[in-house]
Amino acid sequence: MTTGKHLAFYGSFGTVLLLLAITAPTALMFGLGGAVAARSRIPPLRMIGKTYIAIVRGVPDIAFFLFFVIALDQGIEYLRHQIVCPDWTQPIRQGTEFAVCAAAKTPSGNAPQWMHEVYGFAIAIVTFAIVFGAFAANVLFGAMMAVPKAQLETAAAYGLSRAQTFRRIVVPQMWVYALPGLSNLWMVLIKATPLLFLLGIEDIVYWARELGGTKTPGFTDYPHGDWRMWYFLALLIFYLALTRVSEVVLDRLMTRLTAGQAVAR
Amino acid sequence: MKTLLLGTAALALSTGMALAQQDTVRLGTEGAYPPYNFLNDDGEVAGFERELGDELCARAELTCEWVTNEWDSIIPNLQSGNYDVIIAGMSITDERDEVIDFTQPYTQPDPSSFAAMGDVDLEGGVIAAQTGTIQASHVASMDGATLVEFATPEETAAAVRNGEADAVLADKAFLVPLVENSEMQFVGEDVLLGGGIGMGLRDSDDELTEQFDAAIQSMKDDGTLNELIEKWLPESATF
Repeated sequence: MTTGKHLAFYGSFGTVLLLLAITAPTALMFGLGGAVAARSRIPPLRMIGKTYIAIVRGVPDIAFFLFFVIALDQGIEYLRHQIVCPDWTQPIRQGTEFAVCAAAKTPSGNAPQWMHEVYGFAIAIVTFAIVFGAFAANVLFGAMMAVPKAQLETAAAYGLSRAQTFRRIVVPQMWVYALPGLSNLWMVLIKATPLLFLLGIEDIVYWARELGGTKTPGFTDYPHGDWRMWYFLALLIFYLALTRVSEVVLDRLMTRLTAGQAVAR
Repeated sequence: MKTLLLGTAALALSTGMALAQQDTVRLGTEGAYPPYNFLNDDGEVAGFERELGDELCARAELTCEWVTNEWDSIIPNLQSGNYDVIIAGMSITDERDEVIDFTQPYTQPDPSSFAAMGDVDLEGGVIAAQTGTIQASHVASMDGATLVEFATPEETAAAVRNGEADAVLADKAFLVPLVENSEMQFVGEDVLLGGGIGMGLRDSDDELTEQFDAAIQSMKDDGTLNELIEKWLPESATF
């Protein structure tokens, strides 16, 4: 239970929590940006915002994950290749190979393994943030629309500019309309974290499968049969606990935010 | 302090130049196929190919680093440059040779065996194999047999234990420890598949391919490769 492998398994719970801790605020920023763009008065900006929401919401998460991670990685390497090695003569795409010059490799081929892992993790976070940002944008867009018109009219009557109204009236009040949608999103995000496994990051699903697999003597000091069921059961309990705690916290938050506001509860 | 920093920088620079552009070679493996490659209790890559790879890198004077990758995406990720070498019990076949380059084989063509829970009829049976392996294509070419594919070696064996498949076809060296430690037994005849196991590299990495080729040759010449094969793969023929 305390072999290096098990320690890696326990550590991977931290990986998942870290992912949640970073992704949630990042996705919220993407969401806010998307929502503001989508209700902008400038047509091109509005187009961008709406297109972003429509595209990401319309594509299955897994397809988007598989596509975007590779595209992002190759895009970064392609750009760096153009900058670092301008006199490279060979084509970048040689058949099925994607060959950039050694200096443009991201992270560099000489970098220690942890750099590669951090890089992979960062790409995963960006992808998560983009996907969940689009859903958050939609929720916030709706929430901004739901702020009572009378509030805005009153603000205008007091002589507030559009920007002031947005900052002081719309944003503080929209949260309460956004919260049910956002908390739903948070739950989906928690449940989506095993997608990390799909991206080749050694998360809890990876280690549970690896540790649960049949171990025969000679290759380990602790041989056992096929224990994957029990390891996956542990994951199930972990996720249930995580979502349960979230529910309780979100309920409390809702009570606090609605205090003093005229909304149906 | 300053001279120390400068000294280290100069040293780093000079070693960097000495080794040209290839300093660290990243070795990609699956880490789920004992005894070829697996993760030991410390979570590190171990097994036949770990010892072999470390020795080859020492002989070729390369610094090597181990990376694990899922089997079914192991060739695409080599091509997109996530690592430089596949060393994962991959047999040399014509189909694979079209997309990547192989070094000379470091094992003889390995026997593959069928393992089952009892005496089963392989003709017309359901046979499990790992996706994208020579064993899978062999089962597909067998008359009357039905192929079920799984992503990991572990799952192919589990499918036999829980009755989903009648038998599993895999490298004999992988099945021996499983058969010794469970109710599974070997059935039918062994089959010789593929052209031996080699390291897979990108088509464009000719220089690195030659370096490893030479290193494998030198291990063949002085008999160290045979010692490794006898230690890890007792069922396999030596050179």
